[in-house]
Amino acid sequence: MQQLIFAIATMAAGVLGCAAYFFGTNWILDKLFPSKGLTGPVASRNLRITNAIRPWLFLGPALLSLTIYLIYPVIASVWLSLHDRAGENFVGLNNFIWMFNDGEFRQSIYNNFLWLLVVPAAATFFGLIIAALTDRIWWGNIAKTLIFMPMAISFVGASVIWKFIYDYRAEGTAQIGLLNAVVVYFGGTPEAWVTLPFWNNFFLMVILIWIQTGFAMVILSAALRGIPEETIEAAVIDGANGLQIFFKIMIPQMWGTIAVVWTTITILVLKVFDIVLAMTNGQWQSQVLANLMFDWMFRGGGDFGRGAAIAVIIMVLVIPIMIWNIRNAAKEMEGH
Amino acid sequence: MIASSRSPLIWVVHLSVILLVTLWTLPTAGLLISSLRDKDQLAVSGWWTALSTSSQNMTGRAASPETQIERDGKFVIAGNLLESGVAKVSAFGFRPLQPTAFEAGAVADIGDGQTLTVKDDGSYEIVSSARMEGTRGQRIFYTAAVPPRFTFDNYREVMRAAGIGASFINSLTVAIPATVIPILVAAFAAYALAWMKFPGRAILIAVVVGLLVVPLQMSLIPLLKLYNGVGAFFGVPAKTYVGIWLAHMGFGLPLAIYLLRNYMAGLPREILESARVDGASDFDIFIKIILPLSFPALASFSIFQFLWTWNDLLVAMVFLGTGNDELVLTGRLVNLLGSRGGNWEILTASAFITIIVPLIVFFTLQRYLVRGLLAGSVKGG
Repeated sequence: MQQLIFAIATMAAGVLGCAAYFFGTNWILDKLFPSKGLTGPVASRNLRITNAIRPWLFLGPALLSLTIYLIYPVIASVWLSLHDRAGENFVGLNNFIWMFNDGEFRQSIYNNFLWLLVVPAAATFFGLIIAALTDRIWWGNIAKTLIFMPMAISFVGASVIWKFIYDYRAEGTAQIGLLNAVVVYFGGTPEAWVTLPFWNNFFLMVILIWIQTGFAMVILSAALRGIPEETIEAAVIDGANGLQIFFKIMIPQMWGTIAVVWTTITILVLKVFDIVLAMTNGQWQSQVLANLMFDWMFRGGGDFGRGAAIAVIIMVLVIPIMIWNIRNAAKEMEGH
Repeated sequence: MIASSRSPLIWVVHLSVILLVTLWTLPTAGLLISSLRDKDQLAVSGWWTALSTSSQNMTGRAASPETQIERDGKFVIAGNLLESGVAKVSAFGFRPLQPTAFEAGAVADIGDGQTLTVKDDGSYEIVSSARMEGTRGQRIFYTAAVPPRFTFDNYREVMRAAGIGASFINSLTVAIPATVIPILVAAFAAYALAWMKFPGRAILIAVVVGLLVVPLQMSLIPLLKLYNGVGAFFGVPAKTYVGIWLAHMGFGLPLAIYLLRNYMAGLPREILESARVDGASDFDIFIKIILPLSFPALASFSIFQFLWTWNDLLVAMVFLGTGNDELVLTGRLVNLLGSRGGNWEILTASAFITIIVPLIVFFTLQRYLVRGLLAGSVKGG
């Protein structure tokens, strides 16, 4: 309770401090270079000065925090990746050489590529199917809400939910995990699913697909509705059936949106950490880059050089998407 | 869609959507139902059988021979194996390898001239012609049919013993300020990027878009070093709530600025122009006109940020620590997965407590969440 009061007090202080900064600096600016009630060259000069300074007052805190929390760390991570475990002695590319010779790292890269292949594709696919289907029925919005719901659940919470589904009891006893119960019902043998090398990757991926399908569905559903009616009507008049309309008229008009959904989920997949940590912690050959990096951050007191090197690899994988995003945004700005 | 909405295929659509919705909701439903079940039942039967009577193999111990009474020249130990009167014993036994050797009501010869009877209501009698020796009671194995039982015991248990209650407060302490503070900072920056003219604006927007996708992992190690350095320099702890609030703000700002800038840039230019003509400064315009008009975008972002900070595990583990006092709900849940991995009554109840707040936020404010997603992605593409 005391802690909550402390939190509320600090929050109030933070918000007030923020407000005080914005109000205060603007007030000072207006006092130093007054333009109201003045005329002539002094007023216009002051107006020019305030107009030049004010944007930076508005941007100040945001730029400062972006610099400290994102821009500086990117540079520092690259620098650290070229240094030893304490970040003191320059070791050149040794961390990267170690990495590519390390079996666990190669395993992680391999698994990450599996994730990259499967998760964005599956989530987008299900999202598209569900968006298209729910558009046609009267209770579509309820269905969408229920499918969207896992989006609100934390990765750890989702891991518990699915770990329960994958739960394994020895053969012959009653299975309390849904998956094994189904398998046994159909005459199969129960398995400890998350401990099966290679296949366990897919059981973990299911969790992320389960969470992300709702996101893909929401975006693609909006895109579906944005397709001009005329193109569909024209196809109907030409005698196209439902499937043809979907694949030949709708999908081609949605490529841009599909790409956005795909890349967004791709970035998420590269950062996936909580699910692996909670389900297997990288055991049974299910390691991924983000969890490996976290591991090296603290393993044996922490090896910052190797950890940073793994982070740099994740960053390198993200860069193409980053460039693509920036180019798209720039294109849109021109049209603005 | 016009073509097929009248066709019989519509039933296929209905059925497929029902199937998909079931697939997507079943996992969460299983968790919720399980968390409300009696922990002994939860451990032996699937949650989908929650409504049916379950049969459990149990072990009990008769009262010690010291409690024996003499009746009609025989020595009798009597009692009841079942605490609650609702279960029914169907079979019993006295050897671990033959736990169901006798039907309820049968008389079992357990040697030394003693006989054991367990009735279906759980009452038992050990009868011996000679006085019984020893202090430990006879072990009795029995199978009982237990009717479904739903209870909040699991929740009481985790709130009290598993530290979930304290973690709940920790999560709130992290999430609320980490949601409120960035909004103000981002709103001012977004206004500047949307409506103020200054050199370098386009580059700054490009930087924000670029930073949107920078993986958190890049920031962890340098910031950890930075925090340790700052902590050592000022003689304060490196892992504090203020530290994690600022970290969450930094990581959330690109999306916040991006969303809000897009929204503000879409507001009608005429409103701003007429206010400028009236002599209002940018500051007045922002506070009095733009901020109130931007409410939907502000709401969208706050929902995102709240869900993200509440559900976050990585930032909390690195910047708040993993000690018992500062664990947030997600961290606590990971710990429980490790230490109480088989105790599903603890895990399901804890997991449900961690997801209940985001679910409430989701169901009440879904509209804004959807709007925010669309603004953040479709426009950006």
